[in-house]
Amino acid sequence: MASLISAAAPPGTIIEMTGIRKVYDTGKVKVEALKGIDLSVSRGEFVAVVGPSGSGKSTLMNLLGCLDTPTEGVYRIGGETVAGLTRDRLADVRNRRVGFVFQAFNLLPQISAFENVEMPLVFGGVPVKRRRERAAEVLERVGLGDRMDHKPTELSGGQMQRVAIARALAMDPDIVLADEPTGNLDTTSGSDIMGIFLDLAAQGRTLVVITHDLALARRAGRIVEIRDGKIVRDVPAAEAA
Amino acid sequence: MLKDAIRQLARDLRSQKLRTFLTVFGIVWGTVAVTLLLAFGTGLKRQMIKTTAGLGDRICIAWPGLTSVPWQGLGKGRRIRITEEDIQVVRVRVEGLKAISSEYSDSFKLNYGTKTYPVDTAGVGPEFEQMRNLVPEAGGRFINPIDVEQQRRVLFLGNKVAETVFGKGTDPIGKSVLLAGSPFTVVGVLKKKQQDSSYNSRDADQTFIPGSTFRALTGKKYVSNFVFQPATALESKGVSARVLESLGNRLKFDPKDKEALSVWDTTEQFKFFEVFMLAFTLFLGIMGCLTLVVGGIGVSNIMNVVVEERTKEIGIKMALGARQGSILGQFLLETLILTTIGGAIGFAITFALCAVFPSFGLEEYVGNPDVSPAVASITVAVLGLIGLVAGYFPAREASRLDPVVAMKM
Ligand SMILES: Nc1ncnc2c1ncn2[C@@H]1O[C@H](COP(=O)(O)OP(=O)(O)O)[C@@H](O)[C@H]1O
Ligand SMILES: [Mg+2]
Repeated sequence: MASLISAAAPPGTIIEMTGIRKVYDTGKVKVEALKGIDLSVSRGEFVAVVGPSGSGKSTLMNLLGCLDTPTEGVYRIGGETVAGLTRDRLADVRNRRVGFVFQAFNLLPQISAFENVEMPLVFGGVPVKRRRERAAEVLERVGLGDRMDHKPTELSGGQMQRVAIARALAMDPDIVLADEPTGNLDTTSGSDIMGIFLDLAAQGRTLVVITHDLALARRAGRIVEIRDGKIVRDVPAAEAA
Repeated sequence: MLKDAIRQLARDLRSQKLRTFLTVFGIVWGTVAVTLLLAFGTGLKRQMIKTTAGLGDRICIAWPGLTSVPWQGLGKGRRIRITEEDIQVVRVRVEGLKAISSEYSDSFKLNYGTKTYPVDTAGVGPEFEQMRNLVPEAGGRFINPIDVEQQRRVLFLGNKVAETVFGKGTDPIGKSVLLAGSPFTVVGVLKKKQQDSSYNSRDADQTFIPGSTFRALTGKKYVSNFVFQPATALESKGVSARVLESLGNRLKFDPKDKEALSVWDTTEQFKFFEVFMLAFTLFLGIMGCLTLVVGGIGVSNIMNVVVEERTKEIGIKMALGARQGSILGQFLLETLILTTIGGAIGFAITFALCAVFPSFGLEEYVGNPDVSPAVASITVAVLGLIGLVAGYFPAREASRLDPVVAMKM
């Protein structure tokens, strides 16, 4: 079945996971967080990942973003097999292909919003002038044009997450991954952020978002439900109950 | 790319003020501690030599006399006469010689005002200041090379002579006196010193003029005696033998003839001192190394904390696509710059302290500290290296983690 899927992958496929397992070996106990995941995401899709806490959503997300390595299985991103890449090639994949938005924002606290957004562009070797334009552009895009010089500590949670989204968009990645991006936010800023994701989806950006917000999930193109390390449901959002 | 690195560095340093401060502080502290310790050691050693060496600093004194054995067909009882030229030859030819100077001596009349005093006068070279430990009182100086070259009529007074002639209240410097009927200007007065042994008179009771002036004044051609200084006290026997051999060949006497040229080796008393000083230096060196180790542990601890604290930051940067090289390169550059800054500040503090110290007036007891740039540079380098190693390896560990793991720290 695994070979079938990869052979049948349509040309627009960005993400292709086959038989992915992830075992956390904590010394005493081994936790099998993912027990064989097959998943493919095409260009322009908006995928909502749902499931109970501890089911393995974050683990999956980290593998998708090349932040962690699977114990077993094949993962291809943009046609490139991730296993066997050197650390530097992997860094380049993260830099160019993936934009990541974390629940805990993960901004560097001591530098300005602008400098945070600029960082992936620095690592990507973008020339200074182009870099500044781009950082300003994406910050404007998330509505923070007037807050560029603020440090994260001087911003609200919603604003911080917007900086993080701008940072994820900076390198114009193939896919944006978000792990419970509203998990640390109050309802109002949460729906602001969700609004931004819906906008991005409408503009044709490929998105995978973990969420507990069923209203949002329903507005996504596709819902993937995970339980106990396995995909138990993968349906177009319209079909979701 | 380097510009980016520097920009990012400036950003990181700015963002981590406390860490930056602590790291720099550790290096400053270590540098100051070690360099100051060794600077005081050097000063103390110098001062001990000064106070111990009343007669002179590890010198040998040689007097020409009559030959007591026949040599190369020349009979005994022949007078050995040594000229300035002979001294010059010894200076150039004999190995292991730190300094040498001829000495001409006589007793003259010194007139100041209406009074006349008999004084023992020595005509000597500038080397005497250091060799015979003739340190001038503040405001004065000893005879210098230009005095000798131009046969200047300048006079350096023993402190007792100065007191007898000028009394307590008057500063003799710049005053004119008549010595053997010629006008001389006083340029310096001997700083009071402890002197347990002497030849001629005690230095306090003597006056010193340039050797060339002495010869012009008296028409003397031959030295009364000469003084030389081996590079170290432990070499005095060898150097003496070579001086005797050189002069023996030149003036045709048996180098073993004790009466043709008798040599008083005053370095004996210094041999113990020299061994003691070696031990003392060794002791300071060990102390310095220990201080360095302690300082290094400080710096490396700070660096460790830094890396731990920064693992999350490293994780985030990796998640955004930073390559390992860029993360480590930045770490190295950072340590390098912090070390340079810390070292420079440490240097500055030590130099400043050493510059201020003489004004405390403790010179007589502990001497004045003197920084050795080599010691200071090594100190900074070692601290920097420790910081680098301590910072580098944990940073490399961190950059080898998967980004998720690093970010969870
Ligand atoms: N670093 C880790 N070490 C050990 N176990 C882990 C680690 N990360 C996650 N797990 C375990 O893997 C399972 C899935 O976790 P996670 O992917 O975070 O779930 P979710 O994001 O759906 O809440 C859980 O049982 C969790 O305890
Ligand atoms: Mg999670």
